[in-house]
Amino acid sequence: MKRSRIPLVTMMLCLVFFYLPIVILVVNSFNQSRFSSRWGGFSLKWYEKLFADRSIWFALKNTAIIASAATVTSMVLGTLAAFVLHRYASRLQKLHYTLVYTPLVVPDILMGMSLLLLFASMNIQLGLTTIYLAHVTFCISYVAMVVLARLQDFDFSVIEAAQDLGANAWQIATGIFLPLLAPGILAGGLLAFTLSIDDFVITFFVSGPGSSTLPIRIYTMMKHGNPPVINALSTLLLVVTFVLVWLSQKLNVERSTA
Amino acid sequence: MTWGPRTKETLLSLPSMVWLIGLFLVPTLLVFAISFRPSTPFGGVGEGWTLETIRGLANPNYPTIIWRTVWISLSTTAICLTLAVPCAYFMARAPVRWRSFLVMLVIIPFWTNFLIRIFAWKIMLHPEGLLKKFLLMLHLVEPRTILMYNEGAVLLVLVYSYLSFAILPIYAATEKFDFGLLEAAQDLGATRLRALVQIFLPGISRGMITAALVVFIPALGSYVIPEIVGGPSSEMIGNKIAQRVFVDRNLPHASGLSALLTLAVVVPMLLVLMLQRRSPSGLSKPEGRA
Repeated sequence: MKRSRIPLVTMMLCLVFFYLPIVILVVNSFNQSRFSSRWGGFSLKWYEKLFADRSIWFALKNTAIIASAATVTSMVLGTLAAFVLHRYASRLQKLHYTLVYTPLVVPDILMGMSLLLLFASMNIQLGLTTIYLAHVTFCISYVAMVVLARLQDFDFSVIEAAQDLGANAWQIATGIFLPLLAPGILAGGLLAFTLSIDDFVITFFVSGPGSSTLPIRIYTMMKHGNPPVINALSTLLLVVTFVLVWLSQKLNVERSTA
Repeated sequence: MTWGPRTKETLLSLPSMVWLIGLFLVPTLLVFAISFRPSTPFGGVGEGWTLETIRGLANPNYPTIIWRTVWISLSTTAICLTLAVPCAYFMARAPVRWRSFLVMLVIIPFWTNFLIRIFAWKIMLHPEGLLKKFLLMLHLVEPRTILMYNEGAVLLVLVYSYLSFAILPIYAATEKFDFGLLEAAQDLGATRLRALVQIFLPGISRGMITAALVVFIPALGSYVIPEIVGGPSSEMIGNKIAQRVFVDRNLPHASGLSALLTLAVVVPMLLVLMLQRRSPSGLSKPEGRA
């Protein structure tokens, strides 16, 4: 059977479409000239400017604090939720599943808006704490979904065997369950961490004075022109993304060979 | 210490359920409630109940903006699906060792920071940018043409942002599709087009429905993309919500608009749920959907 060329051509065009703007952005971060269509020679001056900007370091610190705290909390809550959802099939779990699933499909702006209303009507001061609460809320669902997928091929007879041999609930949780499920929980945590670092819309609605995160800083710079410093910052963030994707793919491979 | 299974289940469900009820369900309901509250001059929410916001929603600009939001979101979804189906087909038919590499290439933009992707396009579309130079060279645009601040730019960047969302679920469905069916149909005399439309597309319909949802719903709520590459003539409902919050500090009005958007999101979701109930296998004949 003769194969059509349409799929190949579309795939190639889509890959060019995906990567061309990113490549141009990276190349420009080393461009002496501030215009993307003119090559002014190789330069690291945008990186020097970036590292000299104190507001960026401040935003980076906030981002790191929020992302770490939100990742740990959502890993605990998400894993627990996935375990319960997998273990029990009741009306309560149907409701539980809807609660875990719905945040995944709600547009960011609605989540940001509704949380802002909650904090405003309770007179809670906007700041790092409100951002943390918001991030955990959307991260729980992602962690729960990733762990739930891993639980599908989890062999529960191991746990029954341990129970027969007299292990208590704590021994089963820490000795069997967590080590076996660790790659799944880590993959979920990695996703939560990336989502927290990246989130702009929800954070923007629930942030207050002095709680700028990196995306908020980038947005503010973008609104006021096209400073080439953003190219340098974006390039560094892209490197971080590549490492995170590579790590999570590795976790995937380990799972399929295990 | 021993607990009954019911108590144990409830206790274990409690942490995530309490968190999500308190910080997701209650706030979502608040959106509807605060739509009926008066606004205060200092950007807060007043006491008592009023229909002020509901009357405010009759603003003659809103129908245009709502129509534009729906139109742009539908176009984004249609373009993404049209591009994603051939891509997914190519990926699923590629040799196995190539597949994970291709998936990785599609996943990377999906993990890349959303603002960076928009910024990359802002540079491309800039009057001094590469795309303009390229189009000028081909004599496709005039030197005065502005590529940004219009609906076309918003649509382009939306497609760019959500295309990988569309490819992944369609690829997942295509990978499970039995391509032998296509050859069988052609052996039995069906043309290639007929085999594709009547066998392949229904076979991957579940993936396509998921893809349509994960593109359409976030597109309806877009706010940053029209804010950065769009102009006043390409504002979407998300921009209006943000303006009411950050510019006018009128939270009840913003709530009213958000409540409208919530309803707009719920309708397609319920529709899909109903569709999936009716054809659990996802292999129903296309005629059956009418």
